[in-house]
Amino acid sequence: MATPRWLDWPVFRQLTGPDRLGRGAAAVSRETESLRPRVATADKVSKSICPYCAVGCGQNVYVQDGRVTHIEGDPDSPVSRGRLCPKGSASLQLTTGSSRRHEVLYRRPYGTEWEPLDLETAMDMVAERVIRTRRENWQEEVDGSRTRRTLGIASLGGATLDNEENYLIKKLFTALGIVQVENQARVCHSSTVAGLGTSFGRGGGTTYLQDLQHSDCIIIEGSNFAEAHPVGFQWVMEAKARGATVIHVDPRFSRTSALADLYVPIRAGTDIAFLGGIINHVLSTGKYFHDYVVNYTNAAMLVHEDFQDTEDLDGLFGGFDREDGTYDVDSWQYEGVRVASAAGKRSVDEPRHPGRDMQSSGHPESHGFGGPALHGEPLRDETLQHPRCVFQVLRRHYARYTPEMVEQVCGIPREKFLRVCEEITSNSGRDRTTAFAYAVGWTQHSVGAQYIRAASILQLLLGNIGRPGGGILALRGHASIQGSSDIPTLFDLLPGYIPMPHAHLHEDLNHFISSDAADKGYWANMRAYVVSLLKAWWGPAATEENDYCFDYLPRLTGGHSTYDTVMAQRDGICRGYFLLGENPAVGSANSRMQRLGMANLDWLVVRDFSLIESATWWQDGPEIETGELRSTEIGTEVFFFPAAAHIEKSGSFTNTNRLLQWKHQAKEPDGEARSDMWFIYHLGRRIRERLAGSTEPMDRPILDLTWDYPLEGTLGDPNAEAVLAEINGWDAEGRPLSGYDDIRDDGSTSCGCWIYCGVYQDGVNQAARRRPHREQNWTGSEWGWAWPQNRRTLYSRASADPEGRPWSERKALVWWDEEAGRWTGHDSIDFIADRPPSYRPAPEARGVEAISGVDPFIMQADGKGWLYTPAGLVDGPLPTHYEPQESPFPNLLYPQQRNPVRLANSREDNRYQPSGDEPGAEVYPYVVTTYRLTEHFTAGGMTRWQPYLAELQPEFFCEVSPELAEERGLEHHGWATIVTARNAIEARVVVTDRMTPLFVQGRTVHQIGMPYHWGPNGYTTGDSANELSSITLDPNAHIQEVKAWTADIRPGRRPRGAALRRYVEDYRRRAGVTETTGTEA
Amino acid sequence: MPTNQFSGPDPHVAASAGHRDAPPRYGFFTDTSVCIGCKACEVACKEWNAIPEDGLELTGMSFDNTGRLGADSWRHVAFVEQRKPLVGPPPDESHRGVDALAAAAQGVTVPEQGGWPAPLVPEQPGRGGDGGSAGDTDLRWLMASDVCKHCTHAACLDVCPTGSLFRTEFGTVVVQEDICNGCGYCVPACPYGVIDQRPDDGRAWKCTLCYDRVGVGMEPACAKACPTDSIQFGELDELRERAAARVEQLHGDGVGSARLYGHDPEDGVGGDGAFFLLLDEPEVYGLPPDPVVTTRDLPRMWAHVGVAAATMLGGLAAMFVGRRS
Repeated sequence: MATPRWLDWPVFRQLTGPDRLGRGAAAVSRETESLRPRVATADKVSKSICPYCAVGCGQNVYVQDGRVTHIEGDPDSPVSRGRLCPKGSASLQLTTGSSRRHEVLYRRPYGTEWEPLDLETAMDMVAERVIRTRRENWQEEVDGSRTRRTLGIASLGGATLDNEENYLIKKLFTALGIVQVENQARVCHSSTVAGLGTSFGRGGGTTYLQDLQHSDCIIIEGSNFAEAHPVGFQWVMEAKARGATVIHVDPRFSRTSALADLYVPIRAGTDIAFLGGIINHVLSTGKYFHDYVVNYTNAAMLVHEDFQDTEDLDGLFGGFDREDGTYDVDSWQYEGVRVASAAGKRSVDEPRHPGRDMQSSGHPESHGFGGPALHGEPLRDETLQHPRCVFQVLRRHYARYTPEMVEQVCGIPREKFLRVCEEITSNSGRDRTTAFAYAVGWTQHSVGAQYIRAASILQLLLGNIGRPGGGILALRGHASIQGSSDIPTLFDLLPGYIPMPHAHLHEDLNHFISSDAADKGYWANMRAYVVSLLKAWWGPAATEENDYCFDYLPRLTGGHSTYDTVMAQRDGICRGYFLLGENPAVGSANSRMQRLGMANLDWLVVRDFSLIESATWWQDGPEIETGELRSTEIGTEVFFFPAAAHIEKSGSFTNTNRLLQWKHQAKEPDGEARSDMWFIYHLGRRIRERLAGSTEPMDRPILDLTWDYPLEGTLGDPNAEAVLAEINGWDAEGRPLSGYDDIRDDGSTSCGCWIYCGVYQDGVNQAARRRPHREQNWTGSEWGWAWPQNRRTLYSRASADPEGRPWSERKALVWWDEEAGRWTGHDSIDFIADRPPSYRPAPEARGVEAISGVDPFIMQADGKGWLYTPAGLVDGPLPTHYEPQESPFPNLLYPQQRNPVRLANSREDNRYQPSGDEPGAEVYPYVVTTYRLTEHFTAGGMTRWQPYLAELQPEFFCEVSPELAEERGLEHHGWATIVTARNAIEARVVVTDRMTPLFVQGRTVHQIGMPYHWGPNGYTTGDSANELSSITLDPNAHIQEVKAWTADIRPGRRPRGAALRRYVEDYRRRAGVTETTGTEA
Repeated sequence: MPTNQFSGPDPHVAASAGHRDAPPRYGFFTDTSVCIGCKACEVACKEWNAIPEDGLELTGMSFDNTGRLGADSWRHVAFVEQRKPLVGPPPDESHRGVDALAAAAQGVTVPEQGGWPAPLVPEQPGRGGDGGSAGDTDLRWLMASDVCKHCTHAACLDVCPTGSLFRTEFGTVVVQEDICNGCGYCVPACPYGVIDQRPDDGRAWKCTLCYDRVGVGMEPACAKACPTDSIQFGELDELRERAAARVEQLHGDGVGSARLYGHDPEDGVGGDGAFFLLLDEPEVYGLPPDPVVTTRDLPRMWAHVGVAAATMLGGLAAMFVGRRS
């Protein structure tokens, strides 16, 4: 019988129950009574990973009735422990919000509006255009050498996509002969790969986020850690809670600085001077870790007697060819060692255009997994006294980096600098460790790779690599940007950091292997890795007789990075362009040039969530406003394909810990949205169907390609686990390989990416493992799978002394267990597990057998950490301070102003400004640096459209000091125009004490900070900071210099329409900018 | 049950509201010394509770573009830029030129020297109190996530005529939107300026301390998301112990300015269910320095009314009695 209604009357409950005032139990309403959280009724909880930065936070995705009802942190994750930043917390709005497009759009040539187009037709049209453009722009040979490629098509994007998607993109496009395949890794961390790779043998961060909790001191420099990687920052806070000192060195006081124990303001672009100063301090005060340095670094190696340092040549190293603008690196080599061709000329076949040509093909990035090869045995002086030993060379090189010099160059007061030195040195040694964390504040310079090298030298001298709480953490900023470097959608690499073959150097497989493989260490097995990759791609067609189809690989002849591609677009060479989740019209340097490049294309494919700036520039872009372009005169055909979100596809992301984490599909995408896996697979299928029966040799690679994956679901998505299994590889019987030791060079094994070998061990998706962090130690070794071989701390052999004992109990990680005859400890050791510390190889030993028991850097050709890089980098064996391409100051350290071998390309749309003492430098007197905010993400495609994020940072702004505001008459909350030789933009002004004027070379210099997230589209709009930046590249990695340039700032809004270009021209005229400005070597 | 149900300590606040076998009282401890100002709390709250976006306004108040707590902002991160070293004795607390009461009433972030949004221009070249040179920075950037305090004595619910606002079994204060009639009495009653009406439907909205989540053993969305555990959720008694230990630790580390706010059951609202560790005076963060439950004097007022009524009745009676005699 139902309760009488009046019994439910609150007043009755109030009068008869204990809640006489009716403020509690008696007041409960019916709705409150039946209240349940929406997650309680979910049909399923799908495990996923956050799609924003590379911390890789775990997400639980709640699904009810086929709809995603909620997304929040997965408390089991050892990385994130259930937490999410505002972006991760807005994932529900990102994936289910109204800003997402679900229909294909088409813009016909010279059209003014979008038109609807059905997905099938659009796919057929794109397939037809790929085939046509490829045929019309085919290069069978260049300068008499086989290239077998097309420069007519390029693609950009992949760091936001899954590893399996990147794998298929690279595989299909390479088979089509497309070499201009690039992603965000180029513009974010390519110099990391060159810098860390040549120092330690691998291009990934040496440690992982959770291990920061064991640090005694953490130096955050070149990174806005707390803002750009908020959830990873919890591990810095853990360390702090345990008593660690946190130091932030940065041009601006950010939310990271607010939590640091010591904030050190620095002039943007001078970090090598600062780090060099610390190196000098460590060497001159004898505070280096002697036993570590002697045993584990190349300090004792003797350098060739022909070597000339910057001390001898006014800031240049020996071997500089002024005409070519490149170095001949021969004289940088060790005594007694023959250099491998990796870095230069001494290969079996002399390249036709040795210097610039080889340099521009980005070879240093191939040291992402395996340092440069050496042949021969270097001479050593264990006493470190020989004048030509690396240790003494280092000492001489950095002698002039004094505290006074640091003060004059960086603007850091001496006392503050010495306090940093004191903190670092007193927190390093047997019992203590210091960690470095950096990001694009270091990488995005014309000497980017050398910034990272400088930190590597310091950490080696202090004995902090391979040890708990030590290391160098490269903070990656896209969900899988580490993965898109490992399985590279990059022009210069094949999976696992195997270099793309060069037309003139690598005419066949044997040449390719002999010019790059090492004698010693794992890189000696390069042939096995290459052959197994070719088997994975071309299966039965790849045989010993045909060099395993090595000739199917297109060849490089120089640089084909995304910036080279833009120039190729401007020059009419590149005709078709795929944008796969990247927005270069906002995110790349000189964004105006990016759009002008796209305006010169035949066709453009944009795959994204919303109509980003790179999709709509023809309709309402900035050049339409200025009148430089008219929609009706732009012939570019544009296809917009809506993309699937991270929760709508299965696959793996590789985070900043080098950790592969599997995402499970929560639901299929709606409408015409599709995964990039679907897009690439079905594009490849259609192309193959159209070409079936072709007898053209150029079509063999695409027709012979293994392109047969099981399809699933109602949409026919390729099965991602099948792709992962191919990446892992299998033996002749089809059994999954369990690690790269299993890979063979006789064609009996197949492996799509050798450094990921083991991720599908025993036929089990190791990346999908999710043992909660509470049930294992801090390494979290049963959560996901980290390369290499599920090791978390790299080079961990160095955490023990030469005899195999931990350097101290407090810092024990792995140690030699004599009884068991194996290494044991908290982490899986990054070494040969049963190789005793006492092992010394026989003189004739090769490959892995040649790694001695005291060689922690097993991917290096000599087993040692490199203080000095005798090979591998094209701009010097030791980091040297050069001023940025554009700087208000002359180089105080050397007469040589800039990196002499930087890649500068002065064009009408990419002019440079005068620097230092040059006349006209005063026209652009201020230093500019760009950065990220917590609330937004990269070029804004995933945040500016989200109301919950847009309202938190609703407008583009610039940050200036009160002093600069006074100098230029800028008003807080008002508007400012910022101008360079490229463009002018406007921003709201934020006047803040957090921007500090610095005292440099006898005068005050002001810096301007600007987040680079904005563009004209989206829910929050504004000008893009990258309108102002130039294309000036690091020669090792082709990364752009956007963390330090110069500009002028004036109050008020910028000119509109045609007046904008006149304004920029006027500035150029006043500064005397010409074609040759800033181009001197 | 305490003698006065409108002020003073009440260790069994749920029981006082008629909840039999109530679970322990739950609350928030927000340790602002580890806040990184990421605003994950604001977004996680909005996502979970489906709160509308409420305007794209660049406020000019440091990185705070939310401005204040309101019907559509149940968490609000305040940003305060100061020229003070982080470590050191308690800062000078004179706050010249700051109209703290006005600021508190607005619930806004107050810059150290007042006068927002105008920037701070130094009186002389160089930075810091010691006349340091360029490159010297002694800055503090305080960040603090504010929220409904879930007072022990909540005036909002005392004045609510409909029974929409009620005290839950967890000791928290929640608006029942199916009951609220939009009268708005609760808005001026709140001593913190937290509760607010939505212009479109007139109803009052504020933090529920994720009543639905807590009911099934989940932690509130903001605390769950918080990357550095600045927002901690748990049993109030345990949180108070933890907070006291944290203050002691910070003092030991030389952060003399650390102090708790809203933790004291003897304060004007009987202690907050959501309390804070601050690094400066409350008014610097836009918090009232000495909040008092606006219904504190209700019993006394009723007593006066009673006396007056009795006196009047007595007088009337006396008149009748006098006439008879």
